[in-house]
Amino acid sequence: MAKVVIDGVEYEVNPDNNLLQEALSKGLDLPYFCWHPCMGSVGACRQCAVKQYRDSEDTKGSIVMACMTPATDGTMISIDDEQAKDMRERVIESLMISHPHDCPVCEEGGECHLQDMTLMSGHNYRRYDKKKVTHRNQYLGPFINHEMNRCITCYRCVRFYDDYAGGTDLAAQASHHHTYFGRYEEGVLESEFSGNLVEVCPTGVFTDKAFSEHYSRKWDLQTAPSICAGCGTGCNITPGERYGTLRRVVNRYNAEVNGYFICDRGRFGFDYVNSAERIRSPEDIDITQELEKFRDGDAIGIGSPRASMESNFALREFVGESNFYSGLSDIDNEAIQLSLSLGQDSSFRSPSIKEIEAADAVIIIGEDVTNTSPRLALALRQSVRNHATELAKQAQIPAWQDAAVRELAQHERSPLILLTPYATRLDDVASDILVAPPSELVEAAGVIASAISENAPKTDGKRDSATQIADVLLNAKRPLVVAGASAGKIEYIQTAANIARALSEKRNETVDLCLTTPEVNSLGMAMLTNKENSLGIALNQIIQGDARNVIVLENDLYRRAPHSEVAKALEKAESLMVIDQLPTKTTEQASLLLPATAFSEHEATYVNYEGRAQVSFQVHQNKIGALPAWRWLSENPKESISSLSERLQQSSEAFKGIAELRPEISGTVSGMQVPRQSHRYSGRTAMRANVNVHEPKQPVDSESVLSFSMEGIPAAKDATILGAPWSPSWNSNQSITKFQEEVSGDLKQGNTGKALLNRDKSGSYLEIKADTSSSNEGLELALAHQIFGSGELSAKSAAIQKRMVDPYIGLSKEDADSLGLKQGDSVSLDGNGNIAAVVIRNKIKAGTAALYCGENEIDYHALGSSVVLTKAENTFNRGIENLIVSDLYEEGY
Amino acid sequence: MIERPLTKNIDMTRPPLAIADYESNDGYQSIRNIAKGMSPSDVLQKTKDSGLKGRGGAGFPTGLKWSFVPQGDDTPKQKYFVVNADEMEPGTFKDRLLMEGDPHLLLEGIIIGSFAIQADTAYIFLRGEYKVAEQRLKKAISEAYDKGLLGENILNTGFNLDIIVHTSAGRYICGEETALLNALEGKRANPRSKPPFPQVSGLWGKPTIVNNVETVCNLPGIFTYGIDWYQSLTKGKDHGTKLFGISGKVKNPGCWELPLGITIRELLEEHGGGMQDGLELRGFLPGGGSTDFMLPEHLDLKFDYDDIAQAGSRLATGTMILLDDKTCPVGMIGNLMRFFAHESCGFCTPCRDGLPWVVAIFDEFCKGQGTRKDLEILHEHVEYMGPGRTFCALAPGATAPLGSGLRYFSEDFEKLIKD
Amino acid sequence: MSENLIASTASKARRLTDEEIHEIEHEMELYPDKRAVGLEALKIVQKHQGWVSDESMLAISKFLEIPVSDLESVATFFNLVYRQPVGENVILFCNSVSCWVMGCESMRSHINEELGIDFGQTSEDGKFTFLPVPCLGDCDKAPVMMVGDDLHRNLTQEKINDIILSYKERK
Repeated sequence: MAKVVIDGVEYEVNPDNNLLQEALSKGLDLPYFCWHPCMGSVGACRQCAVKQYRDSEDTKGSIVMACMTPATDGTMISIDDEQAKDMRERVIESLMISHPHDCPVCEEGGECHLQDMTLMSGHNYRRYDKKKVTHRNQYLGPFINHEMNRCITCYRCVRFYDDYAGGTDLAAQASHHHTYFGRYEEGVLESEFSGNLVEVCPTGVFTDKAFSEHYSRKWDLQTAPSICAGCGTGCNITPGERYGTLRRVVNRYNAEVNGYFICDRGRFGFDYVNSAERIRSPEDIDITQELEKFRDGDAIGIGSPRASMESNFALREFVGESNFYSGLSDIDNEAIQLSLSLGQDSSFRSPSIKEIEAADAVIIIGEDVTNTSPRLALALRQSVRNHATELAKQAQIPAWQDAAVRELAQHERSPLILLTPYATRLDDVASDILVAPPSELVEAAGVIASAISENAPKTDGKRDSATQIADVLLNAKRPLVVAGASAGKIEYIQTAANIARALSEKRNETVDLCLTTPEVNSLGMAMLTNKENSLGIALNQIIQGDARNVIVLENDLYRRAPHSEVAKALEKAESLMVIDQLPTKTTEQASLLLPATAFSEHEATYVNYEGRAQVSFQVHQNKIGALPAWRWLSENPKESISSLSERLQQSSEAFKGIAELRPEISGTVSGMQVPRQSHRYSGRTAMRANVNVHEPKQPVDSESVLSFSMEGIPAAKDATILGAPWSPSWNSNQSITKFQEEVSGDLKQGNTGKALLNRDKSGSYLEIKADTSSSNEGLELALAHQIFGSGELSAKSAAIQKRMVDPYIGLSKEDADSLGLKQGDSVSLDGNGNIAAVVIRNKIKAGTAALYCGENEIDYHALGSSVVLTKAENTFNRGIENLIVSDLYEEGY
Repeated sequence: MIERPLTKNIDMTRPPLAIADYESNDGYQSIRNIAKGMSPSDVLQKTKDSGLKGRGGAGFPTGLKWSFVPQGDDTPKQKYFVVNADEMEPGTFKDRLLMEGDPHLLLEGIIIGSFAIQADTAYIFLRGEYKVAEQRLKKAISEAYDKGLLGENILNTGFNLDIIVHTSAGRYICGEETALLNALEGKRANPRSKPPFPQVSGLWGKPTIVNNVETVCNLPGIFTYGIDWYQSLTKGKDHGTKLFGISGKVKNPGCWELPLGITIRELLEEHGGGMQDGLELRGFLPGGGSTDFMLPEHLDLKFDYDDIAQAGSRLATGTMILLDDKTCPVGMIGNLMRFFAHESCGFCTPCRDGLPWVVAIFDEFCKGQGTRKDLEILHEHVEYMGPGRTFCALAPGATAPLGSGLRYFSEDFEKLIKD
Repeated sequence: MSENLIASTASKARRLTDEEIHEIEHEMELYPDKRAVGLEALKIVQKHQGWVSDESMLAISKFLEIPVSDLESVATFFNLVYRQPVGENVILFCNSVSCWVMGCESMRSHINEELGIDFGQTSEDGKFTFLPVPCLGDCDKAPVMMVGDDLHRNLTQEKINDIILSYKERK
């Protein structure tokens, strides 16, 4: 700790930080643009000018930039100094000379950092009466608008997009006051994290295009703290609703999970909630009576990894524990159950995103993290920078000196070892990449485990690099092993666990083992399910006639098992109740189809890949009669989410504390509900004037700590009920610093979720079954995913659909040639009518067929571990123009 | 005794000396002296002792600059020596003379500097437009390799050195040493934050020295003829000779090597031949476009770092630009402002957005459409774009002629204000 | 099947000539990092082609495996990289302070009248492109300009006429 004096007041500060960060941490208002808590300082904008004094004798002082000045012990500065204030006013005046006065039509208006800083710096009259600089805008794809005239040249966009997120298609161009930020030519921004530009840009250059199409001001949005349902990461988000439709999603800060950033699936994949296709309540039947039919005791229930803890639990209560079956494919069920047991193993720790960023040596086995758990990929990209920070420390360059640290380190990175069946979007920062067919990857991972510890299961084969990789992992300060269930190959998880166990054994400590989960509640559902209650068994029982009444919860079984088998089972079932949001092949066969609320329409608990339970609050009401699935299933009309989660908590030691995640009303100011609407929420009296001039009573939320209202006192402190942060003078998302203990620290009094998994079990090395399928003819299948398309519900969102591609099969040039296939041909898989487009990729190894199934257009579970390809008639829907891979084969290159 | 060590071989009516002739006139003697057993730290110490100051503009002691390069086993082995030959300061034309006139002298200096910091690679960052200098330097380098003065194990010292000529793609900001390094790395030539200084983290993050051409050309003399000789050259407080130049409306514009400390009047009248007939001197920029104006009353000051600084300006490049009484000072300053605005890299706000505003105001003034409000804004920008406010020295450089011009030529501005 | 089923910019890339490749490979020996070579490659391509077209830029990007936006970022930063076609002879006309004091503005008008082009323009016959350039460092011989690689000093209207004529007559 060090002491600095700011305007005569002494503060205890962290000398490793710069003065701007420390001033903000202390709650002081000091304007800035180019600095960002995650990206450090570069000193470009000059907005955070303060006066620095040599000592208490020095009365003159000199102007310095707070962001570029270390908070060294004894530093004396003044923010209030007239010269410093004048400098800041000049800077903002400069920045505003060409900025258009288009705030009324700008999407950023009302949550614009530039607006805030302009006011804070005291600039209110434009003296500049000369010609403005204007720019041409670019088409940047379906997600992002580009309005360069608003640019204030803070360089944050390229620093986030290129330096932080590893993008390669956005750059600063030209120079002096013509500096331009854009792509080389018009086109879709390729990065999976492009949406963060909307929040990183301090003004309205990059805005949310999908939001623009049904725009509303920030203060007119009804919001609540929510959890992204896009994958198993559990990023915290704030969705906003207006006039009954969900308008947008923005990042919600959680120090341990997503921090300041989310991925584009999360940001743009919510729109299915507004779909006209949403399932509606059946009108001409007595639902209560219909439900009764299922209460005879022998109904079976099939759960869902995309449904909440509460809904899965309610279904389990409804059918009884022994009749509650996994809603995962058998292969995924096995993988998730294994992940769950590894999650209870005392040798391992499941790292949060913040902890992933702290890893200094990473090995990833088989998982294409960028496409399955994108936010984790962004964290892994930061982990490779730890070596740079270390070098900087040795050279006495503070970590926040971003450009200097990057310059010093050049291409020096912490090791990232990839074992992957095809090129991934992390290859550019990887130290070692093994691209090979899945069976070979498993073998290679086994060799690495053996190289770490002689106790690990012996694996045939030898790899020269294995010892080297073993050394890297053994000698790292904080090694991390990553695998996941999305790859559809349990052996990846098994070998990952063996590597982690070998490390744990040799290092004599717990080791970070990150096992990704594909869906928002994969792990939670698995916790509620008996291991042996697999979907396969359930289907078999139905086919055998042992189960006549079937309830399917928020699940399209055709995604989980061979289509013929599912069809057979669902035809056989006497009555089939399906509760879901959108029509699927499964709902087509339902005898009773009930509409379920979507993620933003109910309060629910989800368990992420770490075993972290988080509550997602209801943002808005569903107006078409959909109910949370648990409510459909409840016999008791007075059932509440609290009583249900209380029972869930009681049901097992594993769920201890889950009910406490919901804040008590007694904990809020004066016991008042916290408003979902901002205190500036406008037009409430007129919203429905076209229907009725009388203002309707605001809906009452009798269950939640939140109200559908603007009355009440907003959550000033409690992170769990902090939807849209706002603080006087800080209307933009930058206001978050006012709610943090310190910049990038925990939210004041906030909780970051509850870790459910107790790590009290001891485990042992896993034997990996020999792959018997390799003798099959054809190519070895490797499952591939797409960030835009693989998520079942996000794929129903309009913006996401514009980025989706048809199913494809990735092949090596060699295999393509021998099969007589060309780039873009269509092939039939095993001759059974599954058609995919051929994508020839330079880095894929002969013998591998990387299969992306599109929106379940491929009957994946009917395929074996290898596949025979035959040329087929071309039938394309979307084509594969949108495919972004780094190693596309191109004729002549 | 040698009185003009920098230009003794230069005769612009003929090609520069080939290596044999260069060597026969004491050329590369300094390297041979060093090879007799001087250590890198000896070379560093001697450079310090000589009192040599950087000739690029800032006047920082060269030996001291070198001493910040970390030496020892636990420091990066790779180090770089970079010559700033990106002569682009308006009104500055001295490095061209040195490189076109006597390329071997620069190479000799580079070998000394690289040896001192133990850099095995040196880049000459040369202006792209200096085509003749490029050819002559490349020819000289090839001659030096042939003679074993470059390459591996130079004169059996065990020291290796390669010199690479890099031609710039053209930006004034590349004259700023850290921007130059970014340009060398193929990046946008935005300056870098200091600290860390290039001596610690420079080219590709490795310890790097960047010295101006003229600075480097001072080295061979010091190591050939010694410190006493070097310090005897001067007439003032600073050591050595300096290239001085005059452009503008004098009878005999040109560039001459002279002892530091001659008076400005001497330079103007004896060497420049005085003002052209019918013209009076109104003021002058003593060391290129980013120095403050000085007035005829300053003519008897010594042309060295301290005296010029006392008159509120800087010696900088030592090439004077004259303002005569028939030339409009507002137009002249406006021209400079346009230059600086165009050459701003666009990184920091005061420079990027301040200079174009200044230019727009000058445009109005030059049309006789100035306003009092705009004049006030010009005054504000002098402080706003001044030292400490901006990321690098470009905009503060621009404020030098702007601020001093507003002060000295206020009536000229007044006259251009519309009624 | 349509050729552009898969989005690709590489198809727009031209092929680098053997000479260009040879020179770029030589630069690789001089600089330890590909980005540095990228800027050199832009200059090499311009030397051979007169300017850097989109096709050339994409070709360099492919050849060096560096993002085309990085190349565009530097290409548009530096004064001497031309991203538009230029005439056979590029006139780099110094309009900095010493030349200004020595009357370069009237020389500029003269060229303007003689060739019918101002800064940034190319003459109709494709012979000349007229560009301003920061101080050429020959201030004692102001006004000065470069045409191609040649420097012309102490410009007068008559001298400019002769220079223009000599380049017009050159093949």
